[in-house]
Amino acid sequence: MIRRMLPLVAGLLWASSAFAADVSLLNVSYDPTRELYVDFNKAFAAAYQKETGKSVEIKQSHGGSGSQARAVIDGLQADVVTLALAYDIDAVAGKGLVAADWQKRLPLNASPYTSTIVFLVRKGNPKGIKDWDDLIKPGVSVITPNPKTSGGARWNYLAAWGYAQKKYGSADKARKFVADLFQNVPVLDTGARGSTVTFVERGVGDVLLAWENEAFLAQREFGKDKFEIVAPPQSILAEPPVAVVDAVADKKGTRAVAEAYLKYWYTKEGQEIAARNSYRPRDPEIAREYEKSFAKVELFTIDDVFGGWTKAQKEHFAEGGIFDQIYKN
Amino acid sequence: MGLTLTWLSVIILIPLAGLFLKTFELSFEQFWGIITSRRTLNALKISFGLSFAAACVNLVMGTIIVWALVRYRFPGRRLFDAIVDIPFALPTAVAGVALTQLFAQKGWLGAPLAELGIKVAFTPIGIFIAMVFIGIPFVVRTVQPVLIDLDPEIEEAAASLGANRWHTVFRVILPSLIPALLTGFALAFARAIGEYGSVIFIAGNLPNVSEIAPLLIVIRLSEFRYADATAIAVVMLLASFLIIFVINRLQRWAQTRIPAH
Amino acid sequence: MSMQSGLAPSTSQLQAYAAATDVSVAVPAPLLEVARIQPVTAPRDLRTEPGPIRFIIITLAIAFLSIFVVLPLVVVFASAFSKGIMAYFAALAEPEAMAAIKLTLLIAAISVTLNLVFGVIAAWAISKFEFTGKTFLITLIDLPFSVSPVISGLVFVLLFGAQGFFGPWLQAHNVHILFAVPGIALATIFVTFPFVARALIPLMQEQGTQEEEAAISLGASGLQTFFRITLPNIKWGLLYGVLLCNARAMGEFGAVSVVSGHIRGETNTMPLLVEILYNEYQFVASFAIASLLAMLALITLVMKTILERRLDEAEVSDGD
Repeated sequence: MIRRMLPLVAGLLWASSAFAADVSLLNVSYDPTRELYVDFNKAFAAAYQKETGKSVEIKQSHGGSGSQARAVIDGLQADVVTLALAYDIDAVAGKGLVAADWQKRLPLNASPYTSTIVFLVRKGNPKGIKDWDDLIKPGVSVITPNPKTSGGARWNYLAAWGYAQKKYGSADKARKFVADLFQNVPVLDTGARGSTVTFVERGVGDVLLAWENEAFLAQREFGKDKFEIVAPPQSILAEPPVAVVDAVADKKGTRAVAEAYLKYWYTKEGQEIAARNSYRPRDPEIAREYEKSFAKVELFTIDDVFGGWTKAQKEHFAEGGIFDQIYKN
Repeated sequence: MGLTLTWLSVIILIPLAGLFLKTFELSFEQFWGIITSRRTLNALKISFGLSFAAACVNLVMGTIIVWALVRYRFPGRRLFDAIVDIPFALPTAVAGVALTQLFAQKGWLGAPLAELGIKVAFTPIGIFIAMVFIGIPFVVRTVQPVLIDLDPEIEEAAASLGANRWHTVFRVILPSLIPALLTGFALAFARAIGEYGSVIFIAGNLPNVSEIAPLLIVIRLSEFRYADATAIAVVMLLASFLIIFVINRLQRWAQTRIPAH
Repeated sequence: MSMQSGLAPSTSQLQAYAAATDVSVAVPAPLLEVARIQPVTAPRDLRTEPGPIRFIIITLAIAFLSIFVVLPLVVVFASAFSKGIMAYFAALAEPEAMAAIKLTLLIAAISVTLNLVFGVIAAWAISKFEFTGKTFLITLIDLPFSVSPVISGLVFVLLFGAQGFFGPWLQAHNVHILFAVPGIALATIFVTFPFVARALIPLMQEQGTQEEEAAISLGASGLQTFFRITLPNIKWGLLYGVLLCNARAMGEFGAVSVVSGHIRGETNTMPLLVEILYNEYQFVASFAIASLLAMLALITLVMKTILERRLDEAEVSDGD
């Protein structure tokens, strides 16, 4: 039995190592970027081959942003991390895997593409949802993932908070608003993608708080005749950042490729790929070209309202923070 | 011998010891604080409570199924006998997506139930259903051999002494099945408490409402809170130990009741 | 009735081991043959219930099993083929699917092989020798049955994670256990550990040590004794344990999910891919992979039924 199995094992090991490229990168990313990075990796591999003559294979790993950061901290050999929010990369940096100044190493806060939070509603918008205030009405069921594990959910939460604080003028009122909103949430999935599946496929809820790109994707996958995107007049500017994981890239000797990979985001081709996948491009030219694909939304930043990620994380999402308190009530 | 112990140590003992060691990094107050926090308590309550309820249903339905399989003839009986093992052999992730698909609002069973105003998927009922699913083979397979083996003369004697069927079943047969029933119950209970794959798809994962303890461990891990994850894991592990211990006892009890051959 | 009394030793033996072994799923229990023969020959008036009650019980049993067990299985196949047979095979031919299938086979091969070897040794040690701490050893073997798979994964994160006990050393020596094949294999071995040992212990206890002692007194070496005497005696039980071990190894989700790292085309096993595809709206592809796993379950069940019959037959011929 054992003797019969050994060649099998050996054969499998051989088979799995048979198609190795010259260089191989592992990009550890968050949930909704699966389709984006399939496109981007293909384009980058072609460009890299053309420029250097070397083939590069990029492996992907996706999950909730927080879980992914945890995996990298635990030793997942990521050459680059492309997560939902800076805090998660800060957590990785906190363990010395990424240089502390990582956000300064690439232009625009190391966020080559941005997005915002919009509403996905069922066809005809039966509950008449137009703005954030409609979300706290009784009888409206709101779907959002768990801010403790999902980066997207933290953006959802902060967008709602930011809106309320601006409109009603105080943190206390914002807190009441967010608490009311979460009263209307029947399901908390661990990741953004899980929430989309809950809303779209399982038919739960009246409105999904989603990344703009995720809402577009759901609409593409399931048809415009089933879901409508409602862009609120105001929302948050979500900046998903990227970084080379220094410790891993240096050990594997992949730093050059990893850096080239991330820099490719800032080329016209890279920006175009972002725009095509419904991420808001940074490049003004490409942005103008794709202007019509994105709704006009007044965007506030996390620095404006919350004084940066670290502060927001500590106040809202840490153990015993405001989110926990809201959930206790 | 030495080899066995070494291997056991590497695979089971050291990892589990690691778990306990990690917990000792916490002070007792910290540990207690984690365990008694509202969310942890609720997750444990949900896991243990629903597992208990599911095991109870399995106990009743399992007994009925065993009875039908052992005592009656009906078309397809052998097929159904084999089918009982499916939840055991089916990978939990597959069971999870299948049950969710079945009980979601648009699903084959979810749609008619929704008409009646009953929501199953993404509620505690969904968790309960998944737990019933995975637990059923345990009761059936533990009780089946005992019922088959039951000496027919006892029943005949009871009947000829004038006991009616009702009495014979509840006073004579069921009592002799008790050790097996309890063992099956304990096994189903243990399995349901730890179950993850089939439950997370169908559970709503709503803190304090439909969040099971194993999921809370995973969530704590992704929040970088190893201590919390470990503390919850230790509590669940102790429960596992306890259940195994109880099962061992039950088996010994069963052994003393069954005359040796 | 004569059939029955002829079988009686076998059933009570099985029962004795069911009793001695705690966890009955790993014990060859069902005894289909006996179940088939027994009820009809029993005097009906005394040993059965009135017709209507019988009908209710049978209906309840069938309804319950159909709704809770058969229907989910049907859903898997119905969803897998919902877009036609072409879409089904296209989904399975995807490189990611192929990679997951390969990885799953590899992990199963590693963990079944190791558990086979050590399961036999453990069962041997437990059933043929008396030593202190035996009960503890048995409890230890049983433990993975009742430990949550999530915890099984967690312990390896605590041990081998970069922040874990051995993490720094592993990092320094560039050894990757977590988020790579070794970690997935370890978690799988942990979860499937009891199956082989559990299937063998009752069998070996039952057979006692006489034959081995005889062989050794006739001058056979330990290994010779094992391969000529012990192994042939336990072969069906061994196959039975391997079968269940394999089914669980290929299907494990929770433990593997914690240690996998979800690298596409590299550390995703089939059950993990089911979840991922499900989350990517690729329901057909997800259920296609799920249907392969369901097939595995069905094949396992068929083989299990056959093996149980073999075990039974071996029992009967032994018993008399």
